[in-house]
Amino acid sequence: MTAASKGYPMGFWSFVQDRAPVLASDAWQHFSLVVQSLAISTVLGLALAVLVYRSPAGSAAANAFSAIGLTIPSYALLGLMVGIISLGVVPSVIGLVFYGTLPILRNAIVGLSGVDKTLVESARGMGMSPTAVLLKLEIPLAWPIVMTGIRVSGQMLMGVAAIAAFVLGPGLGGFIFSGISRFGGANATNSIVAGTVGILILAVILDLLLTVVSRLTTSRGIRV
Amino acid sequence: MSESTTSASTSSASSTATSGATAADGDSGGPAAARAASHGERILLDGVTKRYPGQHKAAVDDVTLEIPAGEIVMLVGPSGCGKTTTMKMINRLIEPTGGRILIGDEDVTHKNADDLRRRIGYVIQGAGLFPHYTVGDNIGLVPNLLKWDKSRTRKRVEELLDMVGLDPGQFRDRYPRQLSGGQQQRVGVARALAADPPVLLMDEPFGAVDPITRQRLQDELLRLQEELRKTIVFVTHDFDEAVKLGDRIAILQEGSEVVQYDTPEQILAAPANDFVEGFVGSGAALKQLTLTRVRDVDLHEAAVAKVGGDARSAITKARELGRKWVIVLDEEERPQRWVPVDELEKSGTLGSVTRNLDLEVVNTASTLQDALDQMLTSSHGVVVVTGRRNRYEGVIRVETIMAAMQSMQSAAHRAETVTPTGARS
Ligand SMILES: Nc1ncnc2c1ncn2[C@@H]1O[C@H](COP(=O)(O)OP(=O)(O)O)[C@@H](O)[C@H]1O
Ligand SMILES: [Mg+2]
Repeated sequence: MTAASKGYPMGFWSFVQDRAPVLASDAWQHFSLVVQSLAISTVLGLALAVLVYRSPAGSAAANAFSAIGLTIPSYALLGLMVGIISLGVVPSVIGLVFYGTLPILRNAIVGLSGVDKTLVESARGMGMSPTAVLLKLEIPLAWPIVMTGIRVSGQMLMGVAAIAAFVLGPGLGGFIFSGISRFGGANATNSIVAGTVGILILAVILDLLLTVVSRLTTSRGIRV
Repeated sequence: MSESTTSASTSSASSTATSGATAADGDSGGPAAARAASHGERILLDGVTKRYPGQHKAAVDDVTLEIPAGEIVMLVGPSGCGKTTTMKMINRLIEPTGGRILIGDEDVTHKNADDLRRRIGYVIQGAGLFPHYTVGDNIGLVPNLLKWDKSRTRKRVEELLDMVGLDPGQFRDRYPRQLSGGQQQRVGVARALAADPPVLLMDEPFGAVDPITRQRLQDELLRLQEELRKTIVFVTHDFDEAVKLGDRIAILQEGSEVVQYDTPEQILAAPANDFVEGFVGSGAALKQLTLTRVRDVDLHEAAVAKVGGDARSAITKARELGRKWVIVLDEEERPQRWVPVDELEKSGTLGSVTRNLDLEVVNTASTLQDALDQMLTSSHGVVVVTGRRNRYEGVIRVETIMAAMQSMQSAAHRAETVTPTGARS
């Protein structure tokens, strides 16, 4: 299309069609960045929760850490990371994992400490080791609540990943940033809208996927 | 009234003989063979003490108690007296701070706790089933810990569900929340028995179910125990339950101090002191009704008819006995409902008799107390008695209960005058 090459504003659909390959590949990278960071966050959040949930002081500290962590602006954190590490994928992943871990950690503590103590005792009374009790009883029972945390994290990371463009990370954030930096210029609005709508669509897809995963990984005996 | 009597004890004796014969053809791997596997072992608490950190009074203070192999010993006492603590020291959910515990001849005070617990069945109030496991997986928990192979566990699960009166096909794949409280508690008992442990610990297991279900569960436990002969330590705060279930009762007071340790008969007849007397409460004579089982008295015969059978002979029989009602049984001799003789004469058929779900029935293992309770709600003045597989055995009448009560009262009176105090431990 010639209009685009001359820098004149064009219709939104033409804009999208024109940049379909780039949009698709950025969308894929955005999604992949979020899902991989989410996977690391889940392991990290659960592991930290397992370390602290038996101690009231530990749980309180972890919850405070989670609450304070979530108030740090993602801009500031990513900026800091650039100073320490570099630009690109690595600081993006680290930033995302940091934010993603916090809701999962908080929910995992709630889930694990909510497991009925008489159940734990009856499991120990049958001769299950503490590790077996954790893996076969406590985590499975806390799982629906952990999954809720994972979904909250997933939604949040979709947004945080847009900021990753600020440190030259992958994803749809690039469209938003370039739109903002050329504000008033040709296709600036199209660029911002394409990036934002793309992220919204990805967020809906991810949430649907996580809902399915949650159903498949939760025992029928405790599904609501 | 000249009614012929049939004795329930005869039939229960013959059924024991049958099960003995099945056990004898051992290698076929039938349920009876597996059930006969491991009987109870003696438990000895030797000067056992538990002092919780920061408390200056011991929760359990130097308790010595021998629990004979194959018996049900009831620990009874007021709330907070240390019953649960005493019990949990046997499977070391609570570590004793003093004394030692022997199971059989083995000192288990310092044995690996997990290994120990796999050999001790543990049943708690509300059953403690894993909500995310099916009934079958719950029962298979300990076999899995012991690394049994899958087919062996599966067979065992089926056998146990059968044993506690739940149809395996119907219940194996259900989740606990799809069961009633009573059914959950049955699964809890099955789970505790899974690896055939010699010892069973039960902490107020029937405390959270309604009275009628509780009575059934108690009856079933007694029926199971007749076959299994486990050593059972059973905690309760309900003295009537203790009298009904216990071969022996240990009455505890604060610090788990054993005030009296004796058979229910002795405790009722000769309470050791005012504390025990307070526990026994008034109406000790009436409580003795819980000491006699339906199988121990002579049953009466009622006019019986079979579904689809000949109405005429049932009418003749009823006339012979001078009765106005006939009890109708199904093909498997399970009582269905009472039908008035007039109605039979009019319709002349027994084709479509439906089961009365509220029919008053007791088991041969039920106590006379249970029979009396049922009788009070029955409009017939009699209660139907069933034996194995809910087959009809006869009926029990109020006169029988009165007579039993009188003979017990005079026996108790004799005991009281002969034994000044109960044996103490
Ligand atoms: N984990 C514990 N820590 C401190 N004290 C306890 C603990 N468990 C029980 N106790 C105390 O020990 C005493 C006996 O308790 P328990 O064995 O549960 O009594 P029961 O089962 O007879 O009601 C009570 O005074 C109770 O407060
Ligand atoms: Mg208790």
